Amino acid sequence: MGSPEKISVLNPMGFAPKVVEKPLAPRLSTLEGKTVYLVDCRFDDSDVFLKQMQAWFGEHLPGVRTVFKPISSVYLKDDPTTWEEIKARGHAAIVGVGH
Amino acid sequence: MTIEAQYGVPTVAMHTDKFDRVARSVAAVNGMPELRQVFVPQPVMGKSPAELRAYVDGRDPLTGRPVMQEVIEGLTTPFDGQGVGTIEYDRSTPRLVEADTEENLQRLFMESRWTDYLPIVLPTEERVAAMLAATRRKPDEVVGRMRPTHFREAWEYTVEKVAVNAVMAGARPEYFPVILALAATGVSARGSTTSSMAAMAVVNGPIRNEIEMNAGTGALAPYNHANAAIGRAYGLLSQNLQGGSVPGLTYMGSQGNNYAYNSITFPENEERSPWEPFHVQHGFRPTDSTVSVFSGCRATAYTLGIREKHWREHVRNMLRGMDPHIPPVFVLDPITARQFIDRGGFTKKDALIDWVYENARMPAGEFWDYQLVQNYLYPRATFGEEPWATKLKAAPDEMIQMFKREDIHVVVVGGETNGYWRIMGATYAKTVSVDDWR
Repeated sequence: MGSPEKISVLNPMGFAPKVVEKPLAPRLSTLEGKTVYLVDCRFDDSDVFLKQMQAWFGEHLPGVRTVFKPISSVYLKDDPTTWEEIKARGHAAIVGVGH
Repeated sequence: MTIEAQYGVPTVAMHTDKFDRVARSVAAVNGMPELRQVFVPQPVMGKSPAELRAYVDGRDPLTGRPVMQEVIEGLTTPFDGQGVGTIEYDRSTPRLVEADTEENLQRLFMESRWTDYLPIVLPTEERVAAMLAATRRKPDEVVGRMRPTHFREAWEYTVEKVAVNAVMAGARPEYFPVILALAATGVSARGSTTSSMAAMAVVNGPIRNEIEMNAGTGALAPYNHANAAIGRAYGLLSQNLQGGSVPGLTYMGSQGNNYAYNSITFPENEERSPWEPFHVQHGFRPTDSTVSVFSGCRATAYTLGIREKHWREHVRNMLRGMDPHIPPVFVLDPITARQFIDRGGFTKKDALIDWVYENARMPAGEFWDYQLVQNYLYPRATFGEEPWATKLKAAPDEMIQMFKREDIHVVVVGGETNGYWRIMGATYAKTVSVDDWR
């Protein structure tokens, strides 16, 4: 018996878009005296978690001002109003909780 | 990612540990592989404030390092690769797979996660060419773009790529215009949600009979080649043309969903329905051939017949059993459709939809406490989006409507062996012409 015949077939995958690497924001030298937004993505009790994190900052880093901020709608929608506010009034953000 | 990349605000993203691979992958395909991400244990949902404080005080389950140390470092430690600049790279795939034996290729397709783990028909040049001959469209014509979630980038596909997946599913060339129309919807049958949703596809018009689809006995079951192959093709083309459907990476359905094997694909039984066909309700002519797609299919309620004395209570009970986040689609055997006319006087589908809209109610307090309502509707209500904003003002014991009227639908299918019928929880997406893809 000979070797089984080799078959040529087509690849079923679609065409991936090119990925453009985006520069990330420069990091802060310190959080002391800065305003950190705790951004609630409004998903599965994320607010409860972030308020606990806010309490942690109050106890351990009282020099950091924290602002608890729920996004304006559901996480599926962009929220330029909230992002503009954070850029104008804050120095950093913690967004959560993704799951 | 938007706030970091577009607004220049240093950001840390928090996730639960089950989302490790998917979170890192999404950051990478969005061009931010160095995005700072910190993980806490799954789940967050339902945990008490004290339990969640323990997460904050505890360690990242993936790195073993203190969560808050990682958070603070994520905001203050410079990037090693900062200043590298903009880099573009593509991930193009070759048109052909390296030639091999049938057995090895079957294994390769399965191990590459290009299948539904059942044997496929290998897409040889000859088979794909035969499929392509069933449409006037050119092989390199772009059909659409698709993605598994809102967060991921959409992949693009051509007529030939759809044909490859149609062959794999075992479809006959005469089914190809329906399969192309499904691909043209851009609605994935392999959406990635933790809720394990599936799709549903309803075919209307002359194409149903031209390709011998089954709208009668066993229409939603494995008893017809066209129903089975078109549904399977919809799933395979979705997972492959959108760039994959891999558990833990591009598929996060916690339990999974058996409906996904053929995406609940069936034709409406227009000949035995007492009402106008679904596609005519959506602006097409009876002589047009179409396919309509729904997403979010998980919940099903069923019963037998429409009883004379208490049918209203029975149907209300069924509706109350549905999760109020996803609207109801009444999937009625022709016997039941006529019973709805006899019992309720619903001579048109719209009249039945009006009744469902008015009668699907629950106390406002219960409605707003559903987790999915909290996740997806409550945020909209709090920022004034109607009708949710008005419903949010209701007293906790006020009976409010569970669904928006325009989201409720009715489809007739079945062989009249009895009057069983069901309600599918499903979100209508769109109706697409099949004739445009012949």
